[in-house]
Amino acid sequence: MVLANALNNSKKQRQPLLQVENLTKVFGSGKNEVIAVDDVSFEIYPGEIISLLGESGSGKTTTARMILRLSQPTRGRILFKGKDIQAMKGVDYWRQVQAIFQDPFSSFNSFYSVHSFLSKAFRLKGNHVSKSQQRAMMEEAMKKVGLNAEELLFKRPHELSGGQRQRLMIARALLISPELLIADEPTSMIDASSRVGILNMLMDLSRNLGMSIMFITHDIGLAYYTSDRLLIMNKGRIVERGPSVEVVENPTDEYTRRLLADVPTLSKRWAL
Amino acid sequence: MGEVLVLVLRSRRFMIGAILFLAVLCFGVIGPRVTDRNPFQMVGGLFNPPSEKAILGTDNLGRDVFTQLMYGTGTSLLIGFVAGVVATGIGVTIGAVAGFKGGLVDELLMGITNVLITIPAIVVLILLSIAIRSRSAVVMGVIIGITSWPWTARAVRAQTSSLRTREHVDLARISGYTTAELIVKEILPYMFSYIFMAFILQFSAGITNEATLSMLGLGPYQTVSLGVMLHWALLWEAVRTGAWWAFLPPVVFLAVASFSLMLINAGLDEVFNPRLRKS
Repeated sequence: MVLANALNNSKKQRQPLLQVENLTKVFGSGKNEVIAVDDVSFEIYPGEIISLLGESGSGKTTTARMILRLSQPTRGRILFKGKDIQAMKGVDYWRQVQAIFQDPFSSFNSFYSVHSFLSKAFRLKGNHVSKSQQRAMMEEAMKKVGLNAEELLFKRPHELSGGQRQRLMIARALLISPELLIADEPTSMIDASSRVGILNMLMDLSRNLGMSIMFITHDIGLAYYTSDRLLIMNKGRIVERGPSVEVVENPTDEYTRRLLADVPTLSKRWAL
Repeated sequence: MGEVLVLVLRSRRFMIGAILFLAVLCFGVIGPRVTDRNPFQMVGGLFNPPSEKAILGTDNLGRDVFTQLMYGTGTSLLIGFVAGVVATGIGVTIGAVAGFKGGLVDELLMGITNVLITIPAIVVLILLSIAIRSRSAVVMGVIIGITSWPWTARAVRAQTSSLRTREHVDLARISGYTTAELIVKEILPYMFSYIFMAFILQFSAGITNEATLSMLGLGPYQTVSLGVMLHWALLWEAVRTGAWWAFLPPVVFLAVASFSLMLINAGLDEVFNPRLRKS
């Protein structure tokens, strides 16, 4: 607890990496108006792992898309190192903020090989890396995520498993080595046996490179396992926030309690 | 890719269509280079029936129908091809941009497209061909092409707006791709089979549209096309006088050319439709 407090204090003094201020996203207008994200504010600090938790339709993916500049906020703003991200050059921003998407099947363009998938990462570096250097870096990144470059580099996506594809996504993130990685349900569509491996890999990445990671997930177990802090989102609003241990042990919001009650455990039989 | 090729070659419809089309193509492209006759050269009298001198008889000015048929087929195919390229090009560009951009751009482009669909193409075609002075075969093709893209645009737009939500498009965008690169590299490859088939249909429609326009007397000047042959036959009342050799051959060639393209299209449909692929 003392350690946690010390960690918190040191974070307070540090400048946040990303600040989300009063972020709101409204889809449609008039009668069809849907407020997907409603006045959401939070910060991410350097080196921190946080989770944005919520069920489908809670607005967590919309929030992630706005952070990635794939979608424009209706109101509010996002600051990266104190600068409004809308005012930054796309390539400059994406060199520092990257993503891993949920669906390892539709994240790959089936017309291109693994090699050309990974070489896209170098576009963000301004293309001043020579071809042979690129090749060496790709092989190293693939080795780090436990993939055999010799065997896989010229394969097409349909020849790879879901777990291999998700590892490649991480290898891509490694090549770019951003300061913030948004991981949108990175393990929801792969085999249970590969899940922990992928999560540990991401956590190592954070530890070794000082990279911040934001998990977008509905899985409170994953969030608790990986994250320093949790943000619980329901119907577009953040209903609870705090260090993982506190949120899980003393939930104050009704929604959080329900979410926790739904977690299946091995020791307790479900009353069905 | 190799796998697709095998499937294509195994499709009977495609093979019959391809053979028929190649035969027509050879006739129209090689024919004029082999013959020593000129399509405007007089070799006999008014509507001479087929004979040894002119195997398909002569037309209203005593010119050899068979020679005209060779030149005419070539011209008609050229016009159809140009029309197909232009229509597919415009349709794919407008459809892809509208579907990808969405919002106001989409509304605007689709508004224009829908207005063009409601105006009968033949009216626009007639007005355009009157307005434009030059009337070479290529210009004819362009005129036909710029009136027949709207359906392609609508179909491409629909496919693009579904493809653009895929995660690999998002991933490419956060890798710094520009909008044009996203469309060309991430969206269009998934539509390639569709675009190719749309082109085949536009090609076929281009050939028949040329015949329609030319039969009305709005065809290319100083060249023979299948439609122009029909125009002459019509003007000189070949049908009423029973000179079948003046109008039947171009009609048969028009039919075979567009039928073979339809067969190719149907064969490709079999190949590209994954539900039919397993058998």
